[in-house]
Amino acid sequence: MSAVIEVENLRKSYGGTVAVDDVSFTVAQGEIFGILGRNGAGKTTTVECLVGLRAPDRGRIRVLGRDPMRDHAELTRWVGVQLQDSRLPERLRVGEAMRLYQSFYSDPADPEELLAQLGLAGRERTPYGRLSGGQRQRLAIALALVGRPRIAVLDELTTGLDPHARRDTWELIAGVRAAGVTIVLVTHFMPEAERLCDRIAVIDAGRVLVTGTPAELIEHAGRPTLEDAFVALTGRTS
Amino acid sequence: MTTLTLTELKLFLREKSGPAFGVGLPLLLLIIFGNLPFYNERRTDLGGLTLLDTYVPILVAFALGMLALNVLPPVLAGYREKGVLRRLRTTPVGPVRVLAAQLIVMLLTAAVAVATLLLVARFAFGVVLPRQMAGFLLTTLLAALALTAVGLLVTAAAPGGRAANALGAVVFYPLVFLGGLFLPIPVMPAMLRHISQATPMGAAVTAMQDATNGRWPHWLALVTLLAWAAGAAVAAARLFRWE
Repeated sequence: MSAVIEVENLRKSYGGTVAVDDVSFTVAQGEIFGILGRNGAGKTTTVECLVGLRAPDRGRIRVLGRDPMRDHAELTRWVGVQLQDSRLPERLRVGEAMRLYQSFYSDPADPEELLAQLGLAGRERTPYGRLSGGQRQRLAIALALVGRPRIAVLDELTTGLDPHARRDTWELIAGVRAAGVTIVLVTHFMPEAERLCDRIAVIDAGRVLVTGTPAELIEHAGRPTLEDAFVALTGRTS
Repeated sequence: MTTLTLTELKLFLREKSGPAFGVGLPLLLLIIFGNLPFYNERRTDLGGLTLLDTYVPILVAFALGMLALNVLPPVLAGYREKGVLRRLRTTPVGPVRVLAAQLIVMLLTAAVAVATLLLVARFAFGVVLPRQMAGFLLTTLLAALALTAVGLLVTAAAPGGRAANALGAVVFYPLVFLGGLFLPIPVMPAMLRHISQATPMGAAVTAMQDATNGRWPHWLALVTLLAWAAGAAVAAARLFRWE
């Protein structure tokens, strides 16, 4: 399995605040890679550097062998992104949003099929402003996948979803991976990481604490579950 | 790009406030002024024209200003605030094309507004069409560019949709005053008239009034519009952030 994402010694600060201090990891073709960390650990900044929304202060990033900043235009064709805190115009309808994003790509997926898989069938005419939080979340996932990306970067995949929708979404993601798509999953929801991720990097205070399979992390921390392992790894009393 | 422009157009029409302020309001003002006898008297201080004759160019500039300063900035600043532009940066089209699509929608609406104003004034109220039509249209285009550039500067300077709304209005009202909406430029005190000529709205209205009377607009007015277009566009580009 060849590496499709390589991050080496990434550092990024805003003014005086260091968001990412020193992060390195590689993601292999076709795997689901989890980035775990507490709020403010540097997960989102790492992802933003990965998709070329922010220039790193230091370090080297390669996505499909390209530089996310320099080769940004080319990479947008191959990398589908679900961002935190990114909304759509209130009056844009679900079907219109899908057709709009579909028009950006040369070989898109079938929007109706995607909407059906995400439980949004029959919602085509609903304006974005009238969707529930969970529906917006699922639409964002659909938009990330509509371009048939080779890599999908999903920030907070199932935040705000009810248990049923969450399980359906997990199934969809597993299916997308089975089709050969590499997935980077940012989360602080442990059952999700345990269920989906092949490997996980635990980030804390802008640094990678440990990388490994869920089983390896549990063993490493000497705790019964991934959640216990995570709390033990990232627990600071300060 | 076609899907993007059509989508933006649909959203613009669905929002209703854009067409209402950009086309409806100037038209409403024209209809009100046109029905007041006071506006239809020939006046020696206006060179034998009626007040309504001089108001058509003012209403054209008013419509352009409405779209550029009160409609465009809240939409774009709102897109930035909501992360719409940020999300688009991760797609092959990028956010620049959304900007372009918005400008196309604004330009189309402006064309509809100008055509409606001229035709209603002509056929409902007997106001003659601009005698120097090429000069009038050139001025309209330059005025649209200048005001849009100022609108983009407002968008760049405002942190969010609401702030853009407020800042747009703060810029708009002094500009339409200097454009002669409340006091026609020819009867302004000399000092005010000079200030007016330096603003995009004042320069546009003066040039359009020249063209209405059959004269080619004074080059100084056209250069003033070009300077505003270029200056504000450069400043906006420097200040603009996608998120």
